[in-house]
Amino acid sequence: AAALSASPSRYVLTEKPTTKEDATTYNNFYEFGTGKSDPVANSGSFTTRPWSVEVGGLVAKPQIIDIETILKDFAMEERVYRMRCVEAWSMVIPWIGFPLSALLDRVEPLGSAKYVAFETVVRPEEMPGQSGLFQPLPWPYVDGLRLDEARHPLTILATGLYGETLPNQNGAPLRLVVPWKYGFKGIKSIVRITLTEKEPPCSWNIAAPSEYGFYANVNPAVDHPRWSQASERRIGEAEGLFGGARIATLPFNGYADEVASLYAGMDLAKSF
Amino acid sequence: MAGLALPARLKPASVWTLYAVGLLPGLYAFYLGIFGGLGADPVRAFEHLLGLWALRFLCLGLAVTPLRDLLGINLISYRRALGLLAFYYVLAHFTVYLTLDRGLIISSILGDIAKRPYIMLGMAGLLMLIPLAATSNRWSIRRLGQNWNRLHKLVYAIAAVAVLHYALSLKAVTAEPAFYIAVVTVLLAYRLVRPKVTEWKRGRRNAPAGGSARPSV
Repeated sequence: AAALSASPSRYVLTEKPTTKEDATTYNNFYEFGTGKSDPVANSGSFTTRPWSVEVGGLVAKPQIIDIETILKDFAMEERVYRMRCVEAWSMVIPWIGFPLSALLDRVEPLGSAKYVAFETVVRPEEMPGQSGLFQPLPWPYVDGLRLDEARHPLTILATGLYGETLPNQNGAPLRLVVPWKYGFKGIKSIVRITLTEKEPPCSWNIAAPSEYGFYANVNPAVDHPRWSQASERRIGEAEGLFGGARIATLPFNGYADEVASLYAGMDLAKSF
Repeated sequence: MAGLALPARLKPASVWTLYAVGLLPGLYAFYLGIFGGLGADPVRAFEHLLGLWALRFLCLGLAVTPLRDLLGINLISYRRALGLLAFYYVLAHFTVYLTLDRGLIISSILGDIAKRPYIMLGMAGLLMLIPLAATSNRWSIRRLGQNWNRLHKLVYAIAAVAVLHYALSLKAVTAEPAFYIAVVTVLLAYRLVRPKVTEWKRGRRNAPAGGSARPSV
């Protein structure tokens, strides 16, 4: 990964960041395999140049934007965010990226646009998880946000981490980061962004609607059928097997002050 | 049956070797875990590895009968060790879950058991294994007679809940769990056809002298 410069931002946690080693070798990116070390092992030959993102749907100025243009035109900031996986582990990651709202401003969403849909690249010849007998999900991986969530200043499109461009296994060259939602909402290697009127489909919600909702806000009070969400294990906290006590999971992953108002009046146990 | 049979005097040593070799994967993983060799989330890796080895030893134990019936390979003297190894791995898996994973927070553990089907299945498997492990000695076998056989048929239910526990704990069924589901299904399905197999074999053995008929011992 090449060095990537970014200006500091006000969104910097004081918690100690996860090591780059852990954050780049322990990943969920099922296009490259379902094991945690599969993405780093299988993404070496994934090509991220040339790369362009098609931004369209209910917008005044649909366009196909090249990744180099994105890196040049948008001001990159460093954002140190908590990352909480739905599997009840977490990291602290210094992302580099820019607010998604800046990209949305550029394409000028129409008044009828209520949601933003995202789509990951499909490239079975380079992504072993997209071919073969046991494919964990239907491809392409898709996910979405409500427009106000997408416009929230915390929501970024990331192009790097730890001062460098995104490694392939972390979703190069462009991925979504929504720090108050479970990690699977952070769709990777994005090729299409579409403004829509209806709630867009989400891959995990399609695969198991009772387990993964559209919103997927980090919520210690709403358990996943497979995992209690009340606590989490911070990756790298333990040197080996011992000393990694579970820590309490915070509502909206600790970003409640910034984002809870987005959900005023909603029953978050139903809209999980 | 000859097959792989060792001279009788080597049997006990080979059984002890099986115990030692069988515990190696767990000990090695523990060693790796202590020195940071199990990746970014060593507790999860260790816990899952112990569970997987328990399932593997359960499958090996269940393979003893079909191997003897169908291929004439007699590993019956190793079956107790295979079963006990499975039990030890389940105990270790459960202990890691209680301590390193859940940190002995009882409310979280009880909540987990009550709410999550895959944890309930795992607990059921552990509870069913306890009487089998407790009666895996010669004294119990003599004492229980036919009831010992009946009791130990519980292992079929244990294998079924074990593989379900594994599959349901995952977000998606991939090649590895599919493999174990298939293995357990075949091993359990064999029990359904086994009476036919033994009947057929008996028929062959008792058939009027053909070239291949062997004298029965």
